Amino acid sequence: MLKINNLHASVEGKSILKGINLEVKAGEVHAIMGPNGSGKSTLASVVAGKEEYEVTDGNMVFDGEDIEELAAEERAHKGVFLSFQYPVEIPGVSVTNFMKTAINETRKAKGLEDMPAKDMLKMIREKSELLEIDRKFLSRSLNEGFSGGEKKRNEIFQMAMLEPKLAILDETDSGLDIDALRIVANGVNKLKSKDNAVIVITHYQRLLDYIVPDFVHVLYNGRIVKSGGKELAHELEEKGYDWIKEEVNA
Amino acid sequence: MDLKEKLVSSFLALENTVDVDSYVHDVRSEAIKTFEEKGFPSKKEEDWKYTSLNSILKEDYSVFPKQENALEFKDVKKYFIHDIDSYKIIFIDGKYSSHLSQTTHDGIDVCLMSAALNKPKYQLIIENYFNKAAEKDSLSSLNTAFSSEGAYIHIPKNKVVEKPIQILHFSTGNEAATMLQPRNLIVVDENSHVQIIERHHSLTNNPVLTNSVTEIFCNKRAIVDYYKIQNDNKYASLIDNTFIKQKRESHASVHTFAFGGKLTRNNLNFYQEGERIDSTLKGVTIIGDKQHVDHNTLVHHIEPNCESHQDYKGIFDDNSTGVFNGKVVVNKEAQKTNAFQANNNILISDKASINTKPQLEIFADDVKCSHGCTIGQLDESAMFYMRSRGIPEKEAKALLMFAFSNNVLSSVKIPELKQRITKIIANKLGVNIGFDL
Repeated sequence: MLKINNLHASVEGKSILKGINLEVKAGEVHAIMGPNGSGKSTLASVVAGKEEYEVTDGNMVFDGEDIEELAAEERAHKGVFLSFQYPVEIPGVSVTNFMKTAINETRKAKGLEDMPAKDMLKMIREKSELLEIDRKFLSRSLNEGFSGGEKKRNEIFQMAMLEPKLAILDETDSGLDIDALRIVANGVNKLKSKDNAVIVITHYQRLLDYIVPDFVHVLYNGRIVKSGGKELAHELEEKGYDWIKEEVNA
Repeated sequence: MDLKEKLVSSFLALENTVDVDSYVHDVRSEAIKTFEEKGFPSKKEEDWKYTSLNSILKEDYSVFPKQENALEFKDVKKYFIHDIDSYKIIFIDGKYSSHLSQTTHDGIDVCLMSAALNKPKYQLIIENYFNKAAEKDSLSSLNTAFSSEGAYIHIPKNKVVEKPIQILHFSTGNEAATMLQPRNLIVVDENSHVQIIERHHSLTNNPVLTNSVTEIFCNKRAIVDYYKIQNDNKYASLIDNTFIKQKRESHASVHTFAFGGKLTRNNLNFYQEGERIDSTLKGVTIIGDKQHVDHNTLVHHIEPNCESHQDYKGIFDDNSTGVFNGKVVVNKEAQKTNAFQANNNILISDKASINTKPQLEIFADDVKCSHGCTIGQLDESAMFYMRSRGIPEKEAKALLMFAFSNNVLSSVKIPELKQRITKIIANKLGVNIGFDL
């Protein structure tokens, strides 16, 4: 589904990704871990199409198509979704109106008519129940004054609404208490199928107890320096990252 | 002959042929003297520092429309809020159009200034109110001298006018260049409530300059909601002079939606002459090309325990320029005044500019007055967030602009009007927003 080859990227002339290779197939869950500043969020932003990041070498192929030249919205239309580490507050746009616009613009890009209002309402109701989101919440301005947990739950609600092929969850666990973590993880698990894939970016093992990865990769200094199964996450939890740094620097 | 000389000599030629015996005659003669003395304002005047009239004064305007022109409703339907029942006072090139209008004398007077100026039964109101709110500045004086037509609205006490009143001015471009001087008088008596929508529209590319004066008297506990839609073509300029006198416990609001025209100047003045008065001034400006919009507001707090709320949002693209000059005066006697003012702007292009200037003159010591102005760009992180959800760049931009204007849009009390303004904005931004805000 997603194949990243020798990806190099920089922002404002500063090189951050220095040769990433990663293949994600349908039905898989990949975890990307690594110390602060290793390039995890940059990788997520580059795949989602943030313009400030410049790809200097390598490529990204999604569903057989090189996506580097595609705008963020075009990648979204193809089924890429990024759950933001810091969701942006947009005063004046309600959660519901935002989702309606996002869904209908995606349908428009695919040559489909707007979703009938009745179907939209039904879908909103179902998906908000899945994430245990209060209805009143949906008429509030997007992310404005939301708690950390509400913001993250809202991200996964949007994922549920948009039904992406590839979801990248960038530190979705940060700022969540244990109950919210369970709700969010439960939501992600229910949305998982053999046709879609998830990349979980996290510092901690905690989320991976709920969303169990097939592969764990360690990102350090702009490269994937180690890959393994879910047991690698446990090892990192126990031993920290120093031994990896030592291995790399040796 | 320049425009000033032309106006003065045209007036003098006419002076002793119209309403010679009426009260208004002397008012006009006085007014033309003021105009002659002061002339058109120049950038040397503090209030006109950022707005130059030079480019629009050089046209050879015809100052009295010569022929009567007819328009079919179907040709101008789109400029009406036509999906609601309303009273309509329609002018074509400054002349009243009876077949497009729907006036009334049934308990309220919604009719013409020309009738009110000439018929004895309106004499008392005219003598009590005509030119009693307008400042004696040069442009208002010029209008006073020439004013012969416009809307006359008198709502006697204890009436809630169920239907909004639409005042529309069309110019047909039958003259090479036209100058219009509409004059509206609106008197709302005790406990009455009225909603008014005003719009000016030029139907061709021939230059039009409108110098309009509207006087509104909002008596005890009256409620007046006034909406101005300014979405004209790039050959039409508007100088709107609006003066609102409020008596105790009255509420008056003016929303100005400035989306276009060549040059637009709004002189909006509120005078609070009583206690517990509420004044609201809100506006959304969205312009591009070389358009220029200038909001010059004044709220004069004269008595204690009153409030004023100002909220102006501006979005400027291309080479457009904006001005906001908001003056709040709080007299020494006006204790416990609450006066708020906000002016927020987004510059879309590097070549657009806005000059914003709050001016507070506070002589009382127990008041709450605040003001804030911001100038910024569209939030890039919000743009990426929306685009990553599949909302294309243009739509994402539009959504941010709607969100930015929402505080003002949401306080429009006529739903059909709100919807129409939303549509005008969406058209302007080239998007189709699939929901109502």
